[in-house]
Amino acid sequence: MTRYKIGTFLKYLFLTIAAFVSVFPLLWMFISATNSSIDVLGGRLLPGSHLVTNFQNLTARANIPQAMWNSFRNAAVSTIASLIVCSVAGYGFEIYHDRGKDLLMRILLLSMMIPFAAIMIPLFMMVGNFNLLSTTTAFVLPSVATGFLIFLFRQSARYFPYELIEASRLDGLSELGIFIRMYVPVMRSTYATAAIITFMAGWNSYLWPLIIMQNADSRTMPLVLSNLIAGYVTDYGLLMLAVSISVLPTIAIFLLLQKSFAEGIIASAR
Amino acid sequence: MAKPTSLKLHTKQNIVGWAFVIPASILIFTFFFYPIGKAFLLSFQTGFGANAQYAGLVNYKRLLSDNTFKTSLVNVLTFLVLQVPVMLLLALALAYTLNDHKLKFRALFRTALFLPCATSLVSYSIVFRSLFALDGFMNALLLNLNVIQSPINWLANPWTAKLVIMLALTWRWTGYNMIFFLSALQNIDRSIFEAAIIDGANGFNRFFKITIPMLKPIILLTAIMSTNGTLQLFDETVNITNGGPTNATLSISQYIYRLSFQYSPRFPYAAAMSFVVFVLVGILSAMQMRVGDKR
Repeated sequence: MTRYKIGTFLKYLFLTIAAFVSVFPLLWMFISATNSSIDVLGGRLLPGSHLVTNFQNLTARANIPQAMWNSFRNAAVSTIASLIVCSVAGYGFEIYHDRGKDLLMRILLLSMMIPFAAIMIPLFMMVGNFNLLSTTTAFVLPSVATGFLIFLFRQSARYFPYELIEASRLDGLSELGIFIRMYVPVMRSTYATAAIITFMAGWNSYLWPLIIMQNADSRTMPLVLSNLIAGYVTDYGLLMLAVSISVLPTIAIFLLLQKSFAEGIIASAR
Repeated sequence: MAKPTSLKLHTKQNIVGWAFVIPASILIFTFFFYPIGKAFLLSFQTGFGANAQYAGLVNYKRLLSDNTFKTSLVNVLTFLVLQVPVMLLLALALAYTLNDHKLKFRALFRTALFLPCATSLVSYSIVFRSLFALDGFMNALLLNLNVIQSPINWLANPWTAKLVIMLALTWRWTGYNMIFFLSALQNIDRSIFEAAIIDGANGFNRFFKITIPMLKPIILLTAIMSTNGTLQLFDETVNITNGGPTNATLSISQYIYRLSFQYSPRFPYAAAMSFVVFVLVGILSAMQMRVGDKR
């Protein structure tokens, strides 16, 4: 019995330490956002009264509303576009599958093996040639269609009852009508998962906007954050406030939709 | 009469099917396959635009004598060998501990451990950079606890800088990998564990003799995903250490970025380097697919 108790104690101790380590840096970040740089460096762990000052200093140094809007617009457009394109394709590959389409699907899946670093130079040249530098279009184009999302929607179409499609055909619905009126409403959870993955990827994207967003007004939050650490003197209160602002939306999504979030992550590896 | 109609219907459906899949296919060919082919061709050139010249294997030969490239490759492999196994073992141990229905506050623990996944790579990198700054929180804490006598310049020393990168990576990705293990553990029939308990196997034996063998496919999967991620490391090394001190944490992607966009652009040479990354990742992804087939 004592051995069992020690074991249980160690279990809780292990989990508590791990949970504390996981949460602490974020907690520290939020607390530091309300403190002056001197207090942050002094190791202060209590909320302070510098939130407003930090906010004023931050907005004087960087156009945060613009960067937030850029990040949001890019992520939202990319999410809507890829959900439409990839769900249509995934449905098509499954419902109308034949040899040719199966082969094409297998080829498309190979695209998932291509690391971004390997294609960023040609992509940058293409975007430059089309005069699309610093635009949402340039941000979105390479991520509208991904092998992974098409695969995700094809898998979900596999569980869609074929009888429903045939019944709808007899009722005179067009093929596109069947997709929109039958498939889309049933597959809401797949859409939610796909939306979370795509939105998060767009919101957090760093390397691609770093290359293409050359105009100051087009910079997204990660780029603005990264710029704030350049220079010799760092105002840690200001910096942590900026990071907190950029992290809040994704933490909110995470806490509200944890289940879809976890499903999205697991699905992303299959 | 019925036959031709159904044939016509079939053709119509076939055309609709192609119309459904063509837009996405064109996009993938344009933004994945065309660029990788282009990068491949580019890697055999010198100069670009009007000055482009076919140069054979010159860029690849130069890679072999490029010490910065070697350093970045060694850095990334160091992270891979030291950080990935520790992280996966930790994730596995956490998932195993969490997978207990009698555990109190289970949902709370899971949420806390999973929370780092909600932060963007740039954001958490900046938090870690600040925590480990010379005048930062970590040094203040260790000085107060009398663990150290003078502040450690974490980010200015090659090994401590590497350590901070690895700590940061572990913080961000352990919960992520834990979710995979947890979902796999929940699929293991509990009666297997119950039988083992009746047979007298202790927790340690159950972990190494049942859990690990049954999770082998997922362990391999997470290992290969982590490998791919580490080979493509960029956001963290740029924002925590900016590759320093003296390239001690420079990643391959960051070196490619520097060659292409920070120094006078050397696209063909950078393309050759990126093609090496592609081959490395390709080999590992092929392994991933083979592992996937065996499941």
